[in-house]
Amino acid sequence: MGKYMLLIFGDPAQWDAMTPEQGKAHDAAHSGFAAAAGSKIFGGEQLEDAAVATTLRSDGAGGVTTTDGPFLETKEVLGGFYLLTAPDLDEAIRLASKLPEVQAGHSGVEIRPVVDHG
Amino acid sequence: MGRAHRRDWAQVFATTAQLTRDLDIAEECAQDAFEQALRTWPKTGIPDRPGAWLTTTARNRARDVMRRESAFRRAMPLLVDEQTVPGPEDSLLDDDRLRLVFTCCHPAMSRDAQIALTLRLVCGLSTAEVARAFLVQEATMAARITRAKKKISASRIPYRVPPPDQLAERVSVALEVVHLIFTTGHTAPIGPRLARRDLADSAIGLARMLHRLMPRNTEISALLALLLLIDARAPSRLSPAGRLLLLQEQDRSRWDQRLIAEGTGLLTEALRHEPPTRYAVEAAIAAVHAEAPTWEETNWSEIVSLYDVLRRLWPSPVVELNRAVAIGLRDGPDSGLAQLTPLLDDPALASYAYLSAARADFLRQLRRWREAARAYEKALALTDNDVERAFLTGRLADVRAHLSR
Repeated sequence: MGKYMLLIFGDPAQWDAMTPEQGKAHDAAHSGFAAAAGSKIFGGEQLEDAAVATTLRSDGAGGVTTTDGPFLETKEVLGGFYLLTAPDLDEAIRLASKLPEVQAGHSGVEIRPVVDHG
Repeated sequence: MGRAHRRDWAQVFATTAQLTRDLDIAEECAQDAFEQALRTWPKTGIPDRPGAWLTTTARNRARDVMRRESAFRRAMPLLVDEQTVPGPEDSLLDDDRLRLVFTCCHPAMSRDAQIALTLRLVCGLSTAEVARAFLVQEATMAARITRAKKKISASRIPYRVPPPDQLAERVSVALEVVHLIFTTGHTAPIGPRLARRDLADSAIGLARMLHRLMPRNTEISALLALLLLIDARAPSRLSPAGRLLLLQEQDRSRWDQRLIAEGTGLLTEALRHEPPTRYAVEAAIAAVHAEAPTWEETNWSEIVSLYDVLRRLWPSPVVELNRAVAIGLRDGPDSGLAQLTPLLDDPALASYAYLSAARADFLRQLRRWREAARAYEKALALTDNDVERAFLTGRLADVRAHLSR
């Protein structure tokens, strides 16, 4: 069994612009994903808007600089994630394809294997 | 030995990978087996079943390596499902090869990685040979192959034949890889030689293997038919002096009739069972050429109607271009030129030399020398194959000779 992180990226303006019906359908699709994956899911959260992110970097002199905003300023941002176990990438792809963000034009899901430290 | 390598590499490697579950170790052990053969066969003679000898040697070597590396099972990613039930020896070998193709051509891999891995692991080309074929430094290709193998193990791309509901889609990806290897070999995108035989032969070998392992898959039969029908013309593509000969100039008696018969047989069989695929229609077009006794007797109406089918099945700017040329050959250069004109605005064809070359040829036939010269110049600027460049340079000189008169 391998562990995978599903990173959900999309345009926050489009997520905010969803009508209540679209929001309901979106939530239902997430429930469908959760039902299909069942106990394979071992974590997952929706994240607050990237605009409220805080980023820490080295100031180059041994200290830390704190900046307002995400690490990368991009139109599409990380909106949420799941952690799941799957026997192989094909199964991870099969489950992740059920996420509504895979269908919408502005968003997508990145599958990252988690390093197994044995 | 070279023949044994080409013929047996995939089997030796795949069977060893089945045991080691690690592509790097399997590759090392397979390579060791071939090196050992190189050392011992000259003394002992070639064994009766060289493939079996090589496989046994590689697998023995793999067992040694695995015994030494006691932490192996913990440290190495599992490539193979523990529950795999070994079948009779031969079908096991065949399954191993199929697994290997589908792993190398997994859709989660980039096209470059799919091609590099397939040539390295399935066809057994060395990293240096793969690098030469794609005109990159050997170190670059080695890094590309290492990255691809790392992706297979880190993201656990399964080492198996896809389940029936995914098989058609996955076969299509593998066939695209095979087709791309063939077209790169048939006319090299760059370099001194018109063709790269090693790549064309590798692609035909892959298509033959897939056809043998999945004989009822008509998309595979159609692709194999297409490759054979095109490759049948290979002996007549160059003049004795090394000049590129167009289809209309080729000595058709030199076409390989055995390949033509095999290709048309496969195509007929494929068309009997299923509606045509993209490759079947392309093979049918190649078959019309193969069956025409002379250029003048080519059935252009049939070719145009096949392109009409193809553009519905597989819409692409290149198909539009070929169809426009076929219309020009059926109805005359004026019509061909008119068909080509709208394609000039297609950004997908902006750097496609064959569009300019086709226009240049129609303009030349219409004796519109100035425009023809400009079109040949543009085609030349986009062409990096030396044999094609020499051909276009010759045509440009002919056309310019009319200008200065």
